[in-house]
Amino acid sequence: MSHAPSRIPANSKPVVSVRGLVRNFGNGNVLDGLSLDLQPGSFTALLGRSGCGKSTLLRTLAKLDPAPEGTVQLPDERAVVFQEPRLVPWMRVLRNVTLGLRRPDAEARGLAALAEVGLSHRAKAWPLTLSGGEAQRAALARALVREPRLLLLDEPFAALDALTRMRMQGLVETLWRAHAPAVLLVTHDVDEALLLADRAVVMANGRIAADIPIPLARPRRHGDPGFIALRSRLLTELGVDEEHLAAREPQRAEARAAGPTPGGYGLPAGAAAAPSL
Amino acid sequence: MTAAAATQTPGRRSRAWTLPAGLRRCAVPLALLVLWQASVGFGWISTRSIPSPSQILTAFWDLTVSGELAVHLLVSLGRVSAGLAIGVSAGTVCALIAGLSRRGEDALDALLQMLRTLPHLALVPLFILWFGIGETPKIALVALGTAFPIYLNLFAGIRTVDAKVVEAVSTLGLTRWELIAQVILPGALPAFLTGLRYALGVAWLSLVVGEQINASSGIGYLAMTAREFLRTDVIIVALIVYAILGLLADLIVRLIERRALVWRPAFIKE
Repeated sequence: MSHAPSRIPANSKPVVSVRGLVRNFGNGNVLDGLSLDLQPGSFTALLGRSGCGKSTLLRTLAKLDPAPEGTVQLPDERAVVFQEPRLVPWMRVLRNVTLGLRRPDAEARGLAALAEVGLSHRAKAWPLTLSGGEAQRAALARALVREPRLLLLDEPFAALDALTRMRMQGLVETLWRAHAPAVLLVTHDVDEALLLADRAVVMANGRIAADIPIPLARPRRHGDPGFIALRSRLLTELGVDEEHLAAREPQRAEARAAGPTPGGYGLPAGAAAAPSL
Repeated sequence: MTAAAATQTPGRRSRAWTLPAGLRRCAVPLALLVLWQASVGFGWISTRSIPSPSQILTAFWDLTVSGELAVHLLVSLGRVSAGLAIGVSAGTVCALIAGLSRRGEDALDALLQMLRTLPHLALVPLFILWFGIGETPKIALVALGTAFPIYLNLFAGIRTVDAKVVEAVSTLGLTRWELIAQVILPGALPAFLTGLRYALGVAWLSLVVGEQINASSGIGYLAMTAREFLRTDVIIVALIVYAILGLLADLIVRLIERRALVWRPAFIKE
């Protein structure tokens, strides 16, 4: 069951295809024979502990890092949104959005993209006068205007306040539905993954450790039973529950060290706040 | 005055002290000027040591009316402009080569860092031997002095452009030249302008030294010949002209900064 926009044919050729990707940073492989396909128009969340290699994978897909071993097939139309807006401070917002866009109607397209992210009134503003949320929306417009077939989002909401983050999540979902790029969202936030993605990929030790479909109807809500079940499954995959228990009940740590305990009950059901990994 | 201070309530100051804010800052210099004029007028200070402000004004007027000042001023300005043009160009070219490529840095940076420790004014004797006593050594002195502040600041500016922004822009499909012209060089502009302000200061200093050696025109020459005739008033006119030129140069760079760096929060008016 797919919730991707309907104009994308099912079982089409993957837009991203990674096979046997290895990346070595001197002491051990950060990416260790990783393989991953992304379907056109799909929304995939990439989760994992800090240092598991998910940022390296995203940077490889953005062609910011080399892929010395393995094959990586990518579309030419790619766009990246980083955790920081990374706008050029001495170009007005519209110029930032249209930067590198080689077509006669670049300006009109830039304005249209700004309108889509609700930033038309700031087109002539200098980036340093924008709020954090506005700047990140400008960065989204800069990505969107390139009509990407692959949109890479590297924790794009992590630096925003909670309310702005919720609005931005809604905006990203709307834009994805309207333009149907394949989205790869790197996030630390399990709830964010469950709100937006139709597939969650968990990385560990430089490989894909778990590939979990998220067949939930949209719009999604935190309290839905399906949401809660997937949430605890994802947390288990990320090894959060055990850490959580160890932190809360140190006296049981020894007992657990002696033998594994069944996972999946680490957090109170329906807890609204997402743990930050 | 003490009475006014005594009746003064917090948050409400007497009118005499709040109104002329600009005048208050000028009060001490003006008082000194009056004192100076009086000291010379009453014969407390010899005019051979220092003339009175009114005598300086007169000398200034005479030099202006005779056209002498304008001639020397133009000569000096010409030397500074030529020297600056050469020095700023050389510093800029070296900074671009060293800043934009690792090989360029290897080739140039160590050499220039060594040369910059040399006090360039100490090269005057060598320059006279090399270039004679015409215009060349004077212009060369200004050029050499101004090249280094430009090089050092622009090089540092290029290297400290926000790497994250450059990385993000590199995903937007710009050519290397577009990246340099639209992102890296504008990013290094604030550092360049700081270097330019330094360079202007060095330029005047170099000119003062250069014009006191075998010159037959220029503000420095005016001061040197005035010394021969004990014309302290003319010497001080020359000093004042140097000061005004330095101030004007700084003002021009600040105007450029205001226009070129409008995107900076400090300049944004909202």
